[in-house]
Amino acid sequence: MRTEDKKRAAYRALVDRILNGAGRSSPEQRARAFAGSHIGPHLDALIDKVATTPAQVTDADFAAAQAAGFSEDQLFELVICAAVGQSDRLYEAGLAALYEATVDGEADDAT
Amino acid sequence: MRLEILNRGYGPGTKLLFALVRVFSGHPLPDAAKLVFYRPAFYGSRAKDFTHEAMRGPSAWSVADRELMAAFVSKVNQCAFCIGAHSATAGQAYQDSAKVQTVLADLDSAPIEEGLRETLRMLGKLTREGKVSAEDMRQVMSAGISRQQVEDALAVCAAFNTTDRLADAFGFELLSPEDFEAGAKYLLKRGYR
Repeated sequence: MRTEDKKRAAYRALVDRILNGAGRSSPEQRARAFAGSHIGPHLDALIDKVATTPAQVTDADFAAAQAAGFSEDQLFELVICAAVGQSDRLYEAGLAALYEATVDGEADDAT
Repeated sequence: MRLEILNRGYGPGTKLLFALVRVFSGHPLPDAAKLVFYRPAFYGSRAKDFTHEAMRGPSAWSVADRELMAAFVSKVNQCAFCIGAHSATAGQAYQDSAKVQTVLADLDSAPIEEGLRETLRMLGKLTREGKVSAEDMRQVMSAGISRQQVEDALAVCAAFNTTDRLADAFGFELLSPEDFEAGAKYLLKRGYR
């Protein structure tokens, strides 16, 4: 079996920390932000934009989330989870395509 | 930045560090650097480790090539702060800023090696469409790029898809060209740690 390289190990450590480590938002909220799934009506627009159209995030998106009771520290965490979540989907999609393209090479490496 | 905690929520030691950087370098600390000092145990410490490993760790790609990938992914994401920061860094690393501008303006006609061009094309498609095929990967490797190089490029892509999103969501303030050049010099000397 191929050893995971240091880049991916450092990446997995980041993902594990933001999802499972201590925070001001709940692990469930962070997992939902990471996955881009529903958290609450006043936060969904912000989280969706972070993943899909980050250049369109506005002050009003943050204001709506804060008015609904989310603190700045919670938003700091949830925006990070949304950003890393989208990157994670891209990273995994790229690696999956690479492995599919090199399945013979993978077998050679294992011998 | 949009969250007040990212503008003012730092401890006295960190605030002093920011002030010293401003005084001794003559340039403000970029928001990208400030972000990783805010509650670093949550994001900054591990984000720096990963970004440094992707951008400066062992790889068959040069530092200049990886900075160009960062600028290119940022261009696809339309992230003005990261385009400015990493086109400046790639330009200094290549000692050829015109080359970087040419790639960002028109990848197809830019005077670069085919392997790098195919890699950038694949990273652009992945970032824009959210997926790439095995055929796309074969195309990159048929241009002379190894599997490990593709993996290394995907790590750069992951790092900058995160940073681009945070730059735009938190609203990183754009720097002057002089300040971007100063930041680039620092990134080439010290990396991302």
